[in-house]
Amino acid sequence: MEIIVNGNPRACADGQTVSGLLDELGLGEKRVAVERNGELVPKSLHAEQQLGEGDQIEIVHAIGGG
Amino acid sequence: MSPLPEDKPLVIAGQTYRSRLLTGTGKYADLEQTRLATEAAGAEIVTVAIRRSNIGQDPKEPNLLDVLPPERYTILPNTAGCFTAEDAVRTCRLARELLDGKKLVKLEVLGDQKTLFPDMTQTLAAAETLIAEDFDVMVYTNDDPILARRFAEMGCVAVMPLAAPIGSGLGIQNRWNILTIVEEASVPILVDAGVGTASDAAIAMELGCDGVLMNTAIAGARDPVRMARAMKLAIEAGREAYLSGRIPRKRFASASSPLDGMFF
Repeated sequence: MEIIVNGNPRACADGQTVSGLLDELGLGEKRVAVERNGELVPKSLHAEQQLGEGDQIEIVHAIGGG
Repeated sequence: MSPLPEDKPLVIAGQTYRSRLLTGTGKYADLEQTRLATEAAGAEIVTVAIRRSNIGQDPKEPNLLDVLPPERYTILPNTAGCFTAEDAVRTCRLARELLDGKKLVKLEVLGDQKTLFPDMTQTLAAAETLIAEDFDVMVYTNDDPILARRFAEMGCVAVMPLAAPIGSGLGIQNRWNILTIVEEASVPILVDAGVGTASDAAIAMELGCDGVLMNTAIAGARDPVRMARAMKLAIEAGREAYLSGRIPRKRFASASSPLDGMFF
């Protein structure tokens, strides 16, 4: 299936979880937060939350800013 | 003569701070300069932006929170760049998740690219939602005493009026409004945005502000680390002057040397 990660389409295995996606992207150990279709996915749910076809995923982190 | 006010530490959302200078972390040349300037400023609260992670970036690349660790600094996520209440609320929810449940946020909802002035109706709506969701909201606002009071009454933990447009370096444009906001304040008042140089920061503190938040004035200076130190000194000098009680302004002179004992 295909999902959108930070605005870019990406192929994704059926049944993939948020944790699985973060590992795939090398972000598993990083301080990031994840939104799925505009809703926050708390860290406690990353391992069980499965992704679906066409999901819009946002992965964010803290950067320099005013 | 009435006694001068005693100084007290800056308290925001129950947390006590010694430094009254809050700094942003944007626009620096690199993370090392960010770290050095933040240290020179003596800042304890630093703002950060929340943005998309770079997919495919080298995971070993250092990250802002590695050089400004949340164990040492109070990280203040900022909703800068948001133009709607909805985007600001989303940003705050993500930030709280990112920072292990820490609920202090800087709310800023902008209205226009040219001025970056805050959109006050969107800011009010976002503040209401965030407070209902138990966030501690430090709100960026226009220098309007009526709105400032409203934000304090709603439950914002600090009100942060602008001195001038963000990044403009124009200094405090309406010191009478800032003074009125300070005099009526029931929560800490921090000037946020528009400071250009040390004297601007000192004026904010002389007016009785509880602190100043700045970014461009330091990061954009030719020598940011040195300017950070200048700002630290200006904040301290301005605060001391405020506590000391300045002399009234008079139109004409008043001699400093005694008139008695003159031999000519």
